[in-house]
Amino acid sequence: MPARRRIDRGFSGFLMVLFIAMALLAPIAVQAAEKLESLVTELGTAKLSKKQEVVDRMIATGAPEVIGILEALVGRDLYTRKSDKKVVIGRKAEGRQLLLIDPVTGAEIGLAGSRDVKRVKTNNKLRSSVKATMGSLTLMSPDPQRRLEAAQGLLKSDDLGMLPLLETALSKEEDPAVKDALVLAQASIRLQSDKAEDRLGAVGVLAGRTDPDSRVMLSRLLLKDGETWREPDADVRAAAEDALADMERRLQFWRTVEHLYQGISLGSVLLLAAMGLAITFGVMGVINMAHGEMVMLGAYTTFVIQEGFRAAAPELFGWSLAVALPAAFLVSALVGVAMERGCIRFLYGRPLETLLATWGISLILQQAVRSVFGPTNREVGSPEWMQGAMESVAGITLTYNRLYIILFSLCVLGAVLLVLKKSAFGLQMRAVTQNREMARAMGIPTGRVDAMTFGLGSGIAGIAGVALSQIDNVSPNLGQAYIVDSFMVVVFGGVGNLWGAFAGAMSLGVVNKLLEPWAGAVLGKILVLVAIILFIQKRPRGLFALRGRAVES
Amino acid sequence: MALGLAATAGMGIAQAQETIKVGVLHSLSGTMAISETTLKDAMLMLIEDQNAKGGLLGKKLEPVVVDPASDWPLFAEKARELISKEGVAVTFGCWTSVSRKSVLPVFEELNGMLFYPVQYEGEESSRNVFYTGAAPNQQAIPAVDYLLGEEGGEAKRIVLLGTDYVYPRTTNKILRSYLNAKGISDADIMENYTPFGHSDWQTIVAQVKEFASQGKKTAVVSTINGDANVPFYKELANQGIKAEDIPVVAFSVGEEELAGLDTGPLVGHLAAWNYFMSVDTPENADFIEKWHAFIKDEKRVTNDPMEAHYIGFKMWVQAVEQAGTTDVDAVRQAMYGQTVKNLTGGTAVMNTNHHLSKPVLIGEILEDGQFEIVSATDDVVVGDAWSDFIPESAKLTADWTYPWVCGNCEKPRF
Amino acid sequence: MSLLQRLYAPQPQAQGKGRLASVILLTVLAAIAILVPLLNLTMPPGSALHVPTYLVSLLGKYLCFAMLALSIDLIWGFCGILSLGHGAFFALGGYAMGMHLMRQIGERGVYGHPILPDFMVFLNWKELPWYWYGFDIFPFAVVMALFVPGLLAFVFGWLAFRSRVSGVYLSIITQAMTYALMLAFFRNDMGFGGNNGLTDFKDLLGFDLQADTTRAALLAATCIALGGCYLMCRAIVASKLGRLIAAIRDDEPRVRFLGYRVENFKLFVFVLSAMIAGLAGALYVPQVGIINPGEFTPANSIEAVIWVAIGGRGTLYGAIAGGVLVNYAKTVLTGLIPEIWLFALGGMFIAVTLFFPKGLVGSIPAAVDWMKTKAGGGGGASSAPLAKEAGE
Repeated sequence: MPARRRIDRGFSGFLMVLFIAMALLAPIAVQAAEKLESLVTELGTAKLSKKQEVVDRMIATGAPEVIGILEALVGRDLYTRKSDKKVVIGRKAEGRQLLLIDPVTGAEIGLAGSRDVKRVKTNNKLRSSVKATMGSLTLMSPDPQRRLEAAQGLLKSDDLGMLPLLETALSKEEDPAVKDALVLAQASIRLQSDKAEDRLGAVGVLAGRTDPDSRVMLSRLLLKDGETWREPDADVRAAAEDALADMERRLQFWRTVEHLYQGISLGSVLLLAAMGLAITFGVMGVINMAHGEMVMLGAYTTFVIQEGFRAAAPELFGWSLAVALPAAFLVSALVGVAMERGCIRFLYGRPLETLLATWGISLILQQAVRSVFGPTNREVGSPEWMQGAMESVAGITLTYNRLYIILFSLCVLGAVLLVLKKSAFGLQMRAVTQNREMARAMGIPTGRVDAMTFGLGSGIAGIAGVALSQIDNVSPNLGQAYIVDSFMVVVFGGVGNLWGAFAGAMSLGVVNKLLEPWAGAVLGKILVLVAIILFIQKRPRGLFALRGRAVES
Repeated sequence: MALGLAATAGMGIAQAQETIKVGVLHSLSGTMAISETTLKDAMLMLIEDQNAKGGLLGKKLEPVVVDPASDWPLFAEKARELISKEGVAVTFGCWTSVSRKSVLPVFEELNGMLFYPVQYEGEESSRNVFYTGAAPNQQAIPAVDYLLGEEGGEAKRIVLLGTDYVYPRTTNKILRSYLNAKGISDADIMENYTPFGHSDWQTIVAQVKEFASQGKKTAVVSTINGDANVPFYKELANQGIKAEDIPVVAFSVGEEELAGLDTGPLVGHLAAWNYFMSVDTPENADFIEKWHAFIKDEKRVTNDPMEAHYIGFKMWVQAVEQAGTTDVDAVRQAMYGQTVKNLTGGTAVMNTNHHLSKPVLIGEILEDGQFEIVSATDDVVVGDAWSDFIPESAKLTADWTYPWVCGNCEKPRF
Repeated sequence: MSLLQRLYAPQPQAQGKGRLASVILLTVLAAIAILVPLLNLTMPPGSALHVPTYLVSLLGKYLCFAMLALSIDLIWGFCGILSLGHGAFFALGGYAMGMHLMRQIGERGVYGHPILPDFMVFLNWKELPWYWYGFDIFPFAVVMALFVPGLLAFVFGWLAFRSRVSGVYLSIITQAMTYALMLAFFRNDMGFGGNNGLTDFKDLLGFDLQADTTRAALLAATCIALGGCYLMCRAIVASKLGRLIAAIRDDEPRVRFLGYRVENFKLFVFVLSAMIAGLAGALYVPQVGIINPGEFTPANSIEAVIWVAIGGRGTLYGAIAGGVLVNYAKTVLTGLIPEIWLFALGGMFIAVTLFFPKGLVGSIPAAVDWMKTKAGGGGGASSAPLAKEAGE
């Protein structure tokens, strides 16, 4: 950044503080409003590269409306009305209409179609610098979220004039997250100082941290522009180097934690996809090639339910997944039962031929979904609580959706184990799969149990679809992507054993993710496959082999 | 059976006298159906529209739709079926490079004509193919220029993420050599490839974050293909990578791909194309309206390959009218210099290297899944069949007119 | 069916019917090998008797698939090993031939490099990787087309059969094998052209691949190879070895108790079957003009198994008929009802599995029997409707 600009902004920062103070005391002069009006119009017509300048001048007017206008600009809600070139704020209204608001007076000035207005152009660079300048204006906002955003925005600022304001904000701040962001912003700005001791102090603040932003700032000190160091002072450089090395040591450990987390989360996805198969294939011996399509049906059910929510009760959208779960279970289970009754029951005792019939069914289901929903991806949204990530102390990222999927897969596993081990149906099911003739002799309706078992396996695949819709495409090909992996998990873990599926999924997931950083995604996966092939030679019946009669068939 | 096939083949040729057949060779099932089905619909719309205007040379156009099912050898078989059995005058089709490579020998052997509408890696110029999608210099280079420029944030480190196949490999090779020429050393370039349909992006996104935390402004250039994009962007959003910190510019993500995503967290990431649905021109408004009426769904979007087909089809119609016949050789001659108004404004020109001159646009993702154009080339860019940034390729020239008459020569043939 | 019944039940390929079917099959193959090229080359294009080139290459492709089906039937129908990875052997054979064809291009590639194929030139490869050596020699390529799939099958089978991996476990790990190979061949760093595979072939043994005569010759060669493989398989299954193999299929432990080294016999059949698949692949590539990792997808291998099931497992001729039939159906359906052809194909798979457990062609002898007994007036016990047999 050129030095002149820095001075300018330093000046504007100073002015701003001054004006905030003034604005609190005195009503805005009419003159200022008029000036703002013309500046807003200028904002609409200025070239992208000139807009920051206009923004700076707007802030210099000190008018409180500026915050609203800039927020609209950053949020892309600022439009130019085509009819009279007036710059307005547009809020979403009924249908595809926009409710227009006068940016200066705040008055509603009617509706407009999306074709009647043109959005005021912004780009990443502009938004980021506007956010930085805006930070000073919203730093004292009563809303902690806005304060946090302001503090984060200031991270990009190099305006030394902001330091006193930050100091005040920091002394008043109680929210720990905001406080943390303020400390970081303060350090970031102090790094721009001309005095070496200021910069050294900032390095000291950053030294104890591990978050990516601190790393960026410290690393930046060690860069060279051509032959000259960007950081002129050798002491500061040495301190930064030490701090970075120390950070690196602590990060080593946390990175392993992160890889493990990623592995477990991949394992949970595999577990969810494979659990239904562990029942239909593992317990019943049906090579169900349509298993992936059951997952797909679950995902599409989620889509349909969400569409319903969007249309009927958008405010309850957060609950859509809760409704989708039982619905997906039912849809897939019903399709599964229909499959079993209509086709598979004629094929018991010919396990390899179930492969052919279910392959046919999978083709039909795929095409059916394609014909009904179209071939393109469908949008399945994530509720608020599943978005984002937990930035832990060490700067590693644990994403919420993955976290929920891990928990969810464990819940599903627990529930299925309960059903199998504790319920009457589970007992009957185990009886039938272990010795069909005997079970029938004991009066168990084997046909019905078969249908129910297949329904259960398919239903679980359906709820896996709900979870997968959160991380993957919802398209007719969804199922195909998971079918091979699911079979690997079941075979690796040991057919007919849910714990085997669990152990199989988790170990495959973790090994895959530990290999990936150095072998790459493709090679890592190949290595895992080869390992499975070799492992099966050692233990031909998987990790947890069943003993007893079921093995014989 | 053989006789049956022969008989139907005979009938096909007999029918060709009354209508002009137009082959549509796009996958309607399998992995590529997700992208290609839309193009089939777009072609049907264009043909219907032309017929409503009275057809061509006094005859009706008849679309012949087949499904090559994302199976590359089947593409070759279907191409042969279209040309020899159905007797089509022209074919619009293919998406992936491998499908194009698969049908190429067939079109050359039978002297057919193919319009290929998708951005691709270049390094090809066939006498029998017109490439209406972008060559690397019409997409990748301007996009990187943008990232390196002041408006794009003056990136100093670049991550090249791609699916492991020839388009990303070639594009990234071109980009690496271009970046080196711009003073970005290999240490500041990270290259990573993933398999098709890759769905677990945790590690790679974390690596990108790591790579970006070295103090220099970092940007990502993504040539990730198709299905893998949705999980990639979801992971990007969840790991909190914001466009303002690490912008991602993609070459394979358009309106259609975003339709399957909650784009809220992706706002500000970029894409480079020759067309965006959001471009405000009367031609585009008209096109979108027709598309919605045809597909009977107001929510369906339009995208760049659709525009490519639109331009290609219009050019072909004009060339046929000019030549007065659908004979491939005559139409080919008439194609050169043919102009069509772009949907985004300006005029597309068919060059003698079988590539178009088109404008390049860079757009930022908006919350509604549309793009806002943040940068556009002042003029159209001439599609380059052979990249200047690959040494072996830089010396080759594609020019199908006298005296060159060649797709890959170092000197004129005549 | 009890074990005893199974052991004494007549083999599916009862001698007399097998012989009749063989005669029909070989006659048809001979007719295709002679008549189709003749009608294609000598008849003028307008004539009713003319066979278009389109059909010649289509037939060639079907017959290669039929050969793949034959190899699967040998291992599945007679030895009871369901391989869901046979597509891998087919593709490896194809790659061997593809590499030869790439080397044949020589300086005619777009970059005019005398040795390196185009894809290596623009990906900056400086020299030919060692595993590409020798492929410029045709006999070497042919040997490799057989040897590489055979070697893979040997290593894989030796490991698997020795540790008695069987049944669905074996099926699934064969699937893992082809899946791993698919991922590997997709990698551009492997040096096999990545996703695009090998294309843009020019000629074979100096003959232009796009010439009608070459196509006709390739079709004839395919017919001969298929006929030869069929006769070889027939001879094996009819021999004492063949009975032993069938016995392994029906009761492996018992054969082992009798003192036979079961795994060696299985390995022999597995390797042989892989080599037939490799040969099929090698013949396939020059006729379709491309080989790429898509051939390794597990779905392809599964489909090939389905051809066998549709035609009739354990009959050899049924597998060949199935391979041709399903692919013909695919050709017709993808052109006729491109939007919904998967419904038809899927429905066909289900219907055949349910109603013709012996496959379409495999059911013909039973149907003939049934009609004979019907005509004779006596209801034979052995000819109960087939679908019933499918019950528990």
